[in-house]
Amino acid sequence: MTASLVLHALRVTLQGEAVVQLDATVQPGEVLTLMGPSGSGKSTALAAMIGTLAPPFRQSGRIWLAGKDITALPTHARRIGLMFQDDLLFPHLSVGGNLAFALPPTVRDRALAVDRALEQAELSGFAPRDPASLSGGQRARVALLRTLLAEPKALLLDEPFSRLDAGLRAQIRAFVFAQARARGLPVVLVTHDVEDARAARGRVLSPLGQTVGIGPAAV
Amino acid sequence: MDRRRFGQLTALFALGVTLPRLAFAAAAWEAVLAEARGQTVYWHAWGGDPKINDFIAWVGEQAQAQYGVTLEHVKLASTADAVAQVLAERDAGKTTGGAVDLIWINGENFAAMKAAGLLHGPFAESLPNWPLVDVAGKPAVVTDFTLLTEGFESPWAMAQLVFEYDAARVATPPRSVKALADWAAAHPGRFTYPQPPDYLGTTFLKQVLYGVMADPSVLQTPVEDATYAAQVAPLWDYLDALHPHLWRAAQAFPQNEPALGQLLADAEVDIAFAFNPGRASAEIAAGNLPETVRTVTFDGGTIGNASFVAIPFNANARAGAQVVANLILSPEVQARAQDPAILGFQTVLNLAALTPEDRARFDALALGVATLSPADLGPALLEPHASWMTRIAADWGTRYGVAQ
Amino acid sequence: MAVPVLAGLMGTLIPALDGGFHRLAAWPGLRAAMGLSLVTGFVATVLSLTIALLLTAALYGVPAFAWVQRLLAPVLALPHAAAALGLAFLLAPSGWIARALSPWATGWEVPPDLLTLNDPAGVALILGLVVKEVPFLLLMILSALPQTDAARRMMLCRTLGYGRLRGFALTVLPALYPQLRLPVYAVLTYSMTAVESALILGPTLPPSLSAQVVLWMNAPDLKGQGLAAAGAVVQLALVIGALIVWRAGEILCRVFLTLLAVTGRRGLWLDPFADLMARAMGIALALTMAAALAGLALWSVAGPWQFPDAVPQNLTFATWSRALPDLRDSAGVTLGIAMLSTFAALALVLGCLQAEHRFALHPGAGALWLLYLPLVMPQVAFLPGVQMLALQAGLDGTMLSVALLHLVFVLPYVFLSLSAPFRAWDTRIATAAAALGASPSRVFWRLRLPMLLSPVLTAAAVGMAVSIGQYLPTLIAGAGRVETVTTAAVALASGGNRRLIGAYGLLQMLLPALGFVVALALPALVWRNRRGMLA
Repeated sequence: MTASLVLHALRVTLQGEAVVQLDATVQPGEVLTLMGPSGSGKSTALAAMIGTLAPPFRQSGRIWLAGKDITALPTHARRIGLMFQDDLLFPHLSVGGNLAFALPPTVRDRALAVDRALEQAELSGFAPRDPASLSGGQRARVALLRTLLAEPKALLLDEPFSRLDAGLRAQIRAFVFAQARARGLPVVLVTHDVEDARAARGRVLSPLGQTVGIGPAAV
Repeated sequence: MDRRRFGQLTALFALGVTLPRLAFAAAAWEAVLAEARGQTVYWHAWGGDPKINDFIAWVGEQAQAQYGVTLEHVKLASTADAVAQVLAERDAGKTTGGAVDLIWINGENFAAMKAAGLLHGPFAESLPNWPLVDVAGKPAVVTDFTLLTEGFESPWAMAQLVFEYDAARVATPPRSVKALADWAAAHPGRFTYPQPPDYLGTTFLKQVLYGVMADPSVLQTPVEDATYAAQVAPLWDYLDALHPHLWRAAQAFPQNEPALGQLLADAEVDIAFAFNPGRASAEIAAGNLPETVRTVTFDGGTIGNASFVAIPFNANARAGAQVVANLILSPEVQARAQDPAILGFQTVLNLAALTPEDRARFDALALGVATLSPADLGPALLEPHASWMTRIAADWGTRYGVAQ
Repeated sequence: MAVPVLAGLMGTLIPALDGGFHRLAAWPGLRAAMGLSLVTGFVATVLSLTIALLLTAALYGVPAFAWVQRLLAPVLALPHAAAALGLAFLLAPSGWIARALSPWATGWEVPPDLLTLNDPAGVALILGLVVKEVPFLLLMILSALPQTDAARRMMLCRTLGYGRLRGFALTVLPALYPQLRLPVYAVLTYSMTAVESALILGPTLPPSLSAQVVLWMNAPDLKGQGLAAAGAVVQLALVIGALIVWRAGEILCRVFLTLLAVTGRRGLWLDPFADLMARAMGIALALTMAAALAGLALWSVAGPWQFPDAVPQNLTFATWSRALPDLRDSAGVTLGIAMLSTFAALALVLGCLQAEHRFALHPGAGALWLLYLPLVMPQVAFLPGVQMLALQAGLDGTMLSVALLHLVFVLPYVFLSLSAPFRAWDTRIATAAAALGASPSRVFWRLRLPMLLSPVLTAAAVGMAVSIGQYLPTLIAGAGRVETVTTAAVALASGGNRRLIGAYGLLQMLLPALGFVVALALPALVWRNRRGMLA
């Protein structure tokens, strides 16, 4: 379980009622999908994992990442990368600026590191571009690169594909999962979309820990 | 016309005023009264003292009850606001129906308005109560900063500079300009004066001038450029020596009379001064000053002057304003103003000219715990010509007002 | 809106040109007074902005922040003069702090001769300004923050390993500041041109230029007018110069933050320090303000109260029973004028913004400058000219004319508070509603306005507070015949009576405070079941 994400009896209650109840280990490269309708506690589960639960919620259980108990750590020290349903690129920074923002300060040749990352995503030469001039797919890829450049030990995806159109969606999904597997990152995907869950090829749980049936993966 | 007013007119008659002239004046005044009835008079007066505000409200009740005149007190932070209003109206060509009917005024404001033709008049000396005014005994009622009022303003209260000290901390208060400097040197940080060009601060400078000038009589004539510097040199010498011993070592000065009074109340200074001999008693009564505060004047006298009311040239309720000006000169109102529990202002009337029953109103007044009797108050020095005030205030600003 | 201001300015320039500038140049205190205006203005603005941002960055989303919000209303509603007097009573050598410690701790039987107020460097004045401006900026931040996606940006920064303060500065501030820019300019202008606070707390040898201008205005010899006019024009130039410098500073800061962002430094070490500073400053400001307010309140019911007594000898309601009848008369007038001018301003601002949105208009920088002219221009520079205009139009001495002149000052503040949130509203909602067949006016009334309830009410509260606080404009447009709580209070304040100032200051605070309470409480009530509306 060296690089895995372990949710050990993770339980979140709101006024005594459980909204999240998870007991799972996510291996490096594996994708755990949390699925359920809106308001079913998916976002709460996410907040518990990154450590931003608001006071009315109560949390118990432990979270381990890469062999370390991170339950009590503040968000910035957990090293869990996060992607939102919209890319949240900072409009006041260039594409390269957005990426450099995420690079650890120890990286010396920052321009080179940014260029290499962009190359990987087939976005060579995009560093000086204004994020507003990018297409939806390009923005999603830059957002993922930004998350990965911070060298996280796990990846949380909060409905990251829901704003993309169908054609782009499969492409970006494949790109994200491939990048995560290549880096050996455990991934938690929060979605309400069956296609996302199928593409993840992992276990699919509700926020309360029940297995959700999703049928066979489409081709 | 009520009985008392009629009584006063008969008294005038007894004084030997000719019948036709009296009849004419009485008829003219009847016309004023008739015109005034139903008018609303906007009296622009400083509104910083609740005692004065209450007094003006009371005068308003009297005006309504006796003459059917409604009096509205427009409470000002500075008399200059009313002067500016009239000036703006004149510049805008508004020669009738002006917003200001009556202004509490004196000194520079009066001189400026009179010179600019912004005042209605002469009116004061034809007021029925004018003969009661003590013109002979209190020349300041017709001479405002050496400027003859010529009936363009009507007096309503006498004021004289008195020093206020806390007897609990000052056993023997200084009684001359020189003694004051010695006392300040012996008690550093316990005396100050309002920053000129504040009215009271400049009055202090004039009081010092009286004490240090070789010939103070030149103060009654306008400043002459040729001799001015030499004449006032002793004043600057005096201040140069005094300032290091002042409150905050003269790095800051209180803004005005109320601020200085507050310093005395807070025990930040031991000696302060005011342009109202009854202020200390009234403030003690109101719980604002310790009961140990007393007043004192200088042996050679202190500066005295009068407060006036004037009517702007374009006043909307000119008749009503005259009725109010006359009402303020009545013995009943004057006695109330002199009551230390009400205002503690000294009357402008000649007590000897009053009927015995009116004089009794004044005799019945207690003096107030910290108020000097008229005998102890000593002589009132005449205000210097207004040009002195302007000049020394400006020079003070250049010498001390821009220390940084 | 610019017409009265420009006409007023002309009315000021003419006397200024008539020898005013010559005499001003000859005044030996000119450089010191200008320097004082500049230094106090800049320092107060930088401090206020820094503290407000620090509080937001360190405490946003933390329970303590709710406390900060609750404290805003009373402090914002307290008039500057009353706040300055409350502070003066706190800090003076004979003030409350000294009284509380004397004589048992200090040995002072009489107050020490210390220069804690009116100090030559203007420290007391800067403190007085900061105490009032931090709450104003916080209110502006609170109304702008929901439009900046602050919560998610902060969360993203945290997951990337950034500290709170650094993350806020690098990602939220760039979105927040454009909405905050005009309020900050208003603060800078106000800090440079404040009169009451400068007279009460500031140095006097010489005072700041704006205070000196008012002293000249009040000079009895009528010749002061030309000098005052020239001073006002110089003051205006000074303010414009300061705004240009500030703008340059903004650009430098933006470049610096962009450069800092790409270094990837996480700034985690800043957080404990920032958190401590924010809490300490927040508590210090809150305590200072609370003590100043409590001092005013206590004076309003105080019997004799001499140094070094920590509390009055006895309590009495004499002051209040004296003040209440006056208040009853003037409170209605005050509220009527405030509501009239605020509703007019709201209607105008919403109308303009909606027109701008529907017809895709873009107001030029020139138009904005005209709108903000009344804020940037020292009041004394153009009010006398306005008075002339009103007199010639026969428009003086009524409540309506007062409300009209108030509108000149209320409008920019309402625009200031409302334009950014209005423009930041997600127009996709309008598109979605239009697709459902809703007309533009229906979208405006049923969607946009309700969703903007909080900023609209905040803007209204600010507008009311601005109207209620006006002294000189009320006096001039009302020709002294329209008495508001503020004209009465300022007249009484000139008498320096702490008891009355306390009573009137509290009463003056009460009216606008109600507005702020409504602005903060009503959205919380209306949207109690809509978490998305409560940012």
